[in-house]
Amino acid sequence: MSPERRPSFVQTVWLVTRKDLLIEFRSREVVYTTLFFAVACVLVFAFGFVREGIAVDDAAAGILWIAIAFSGTLALGRTFERERQNDTLRALMLAPMDRPALYVGKLVGVLLLLAAVEAIVTPLVALMFGAPLFAHPVLIGLLLAAGTVGFAAVGTLFAAMLVRARSRDVLLPILLYPITIPVIIAGVRGTAALLQADADLPIARMWLSMLVFFDIVFVTLALWTFEPAMTE
Amino acid sequence: MDFQSISFTDVSRHFGRRRVLNKITFTCTAGEIVALVGANGAGKSTLLGIAATLLTPSSGRVQYGDAVSGSDAALRARIGVLGHDLFIYPELSAAENLAFFARAYGIRDVERVVQSALERAGLDERDDPAGRFSRGMRQRLALERALLHEPRLVLLDEPFTGLDDAATAALRGRLFDLRGAGCIVLVATHDLETIDGVADHAALLRGGRLVPIDDGPGSLRERYRRANRES
Repeated sequence: MSPERRPSFVQTVWLVTRKDLLIEFRSREVVYTTLFFAVACVLVFAFGFVREGIAVDDAAAGILWIAIAFSGTLALGRTFERERQNDTLRALMLAPMDRPALYVGKLVGVLLLLAAVEAIVTPLVALMFGAPLFAHPVLIGLLLAAGTVGFAAVGTLFAAMLVRARSRDVLLPILLYPITIPVIIAGVRGTAALLQADADLPIARMWLSMLVFFDIVFVTLALWTFEPAMTE
Repeated sequence: MDFQSISFTDVSRHFGRRRVLNKITFTCTAGEIVALVGANGAGKSTLLGIAATLLTPSSGRVQYGDAVSGSDAALRARIGVLGHDLFIYPELSAAENLAFFARAYGIRDVERVVQSALERAGLDERDDPAGRFSRGMRQRLALERALLHEPRLVLLDEPFTGLDDAATAALRGRLFDLRGAGCIVLVATHDLETIDGVADHAALLRGGRLVPIDDGPGSLRERYRRANRES
């Protein structure tokens, strides 16, 4: 018999994330569809909200976060659809790995995909809406990071729970958006505060703190509920 | 942890108002192959799911040796499952699939274990994604994935599906090896002719109840018909 040692929490996270990234690198399915959707979303809104080169107030912040939320939902659905096709999520649940680590591994994979999408969409929003998104690069980066973690933390939990549900594609946004509305609002208001002619840094920091608070709550709850929620 | 038997005591399972398993009681010990037969929807996969700790019984108890069923990692590490769905990633090659699961089970000598599993599955020359394999090849890969960590309890759901004659004979040989190695093997199958002569005991699942099929003379199909008539 081969000597065995259960993988640690960090090893499990790395194993699952690396597997997801390798599959995505092979197929490029999620990143291309998500990116295409996010870019199309920004372009369509740009035609609606930009007149003679001037954008409606705060439109850029709203469109940026709408693009992230919608494309994030698409990415979550597709990522877990792969685990459903051959019931591989059950195989992961059967392995002697920490189940919360399994959740974190899936979450990190989704976050990296969304980071790639944001790296394209954020400059595109800045360009199309003439928004000074890079005037405060650290703060905007932190707002995007904190907002994406909050959104993906809830989304990863729900997408995993719904993997065997028949109407999962409909149920995911129905469950996800009401709960993540505070995250999206905080992201929009924090970003809007940075995009004003005279950037309101204290307000942006306040919304960032709020996002960090949401992240702590959502990630803690997700780690706590993942295992019971996945057991039938 | 290790165990020498698995015991089901009054195990029932409901899905909503539908009762799939009704007070199932039986024990399998190390070195035994037990065939679970029955019509589609009889509850064979549900019973295997409960044995695998993937499903919890609505009532009753499952014991692994002295340990009562739970979902602890040490117990899961001793269970190998070949599901109806094959639990393999179609985008990854056979070696990548096996290496991923070997690491997930904490196997130390991953390369050696994966290489021998590939040779047993006859897939050591293939480095293309598993999604391009035939059903039989994927079935062989899935079987090796399930047995990679040398489990004590082996749960096989329709393992002969998609296998040609040579692969079926190889799987029968593999089942004999597992019995010799002291595994507890539960096989859910419709393929009575193939499992005949391999299984030490067989049981019929019908209407959620387990009906033992006698180990007497005659082919498994004859004994199955007899049990079906009498139940």
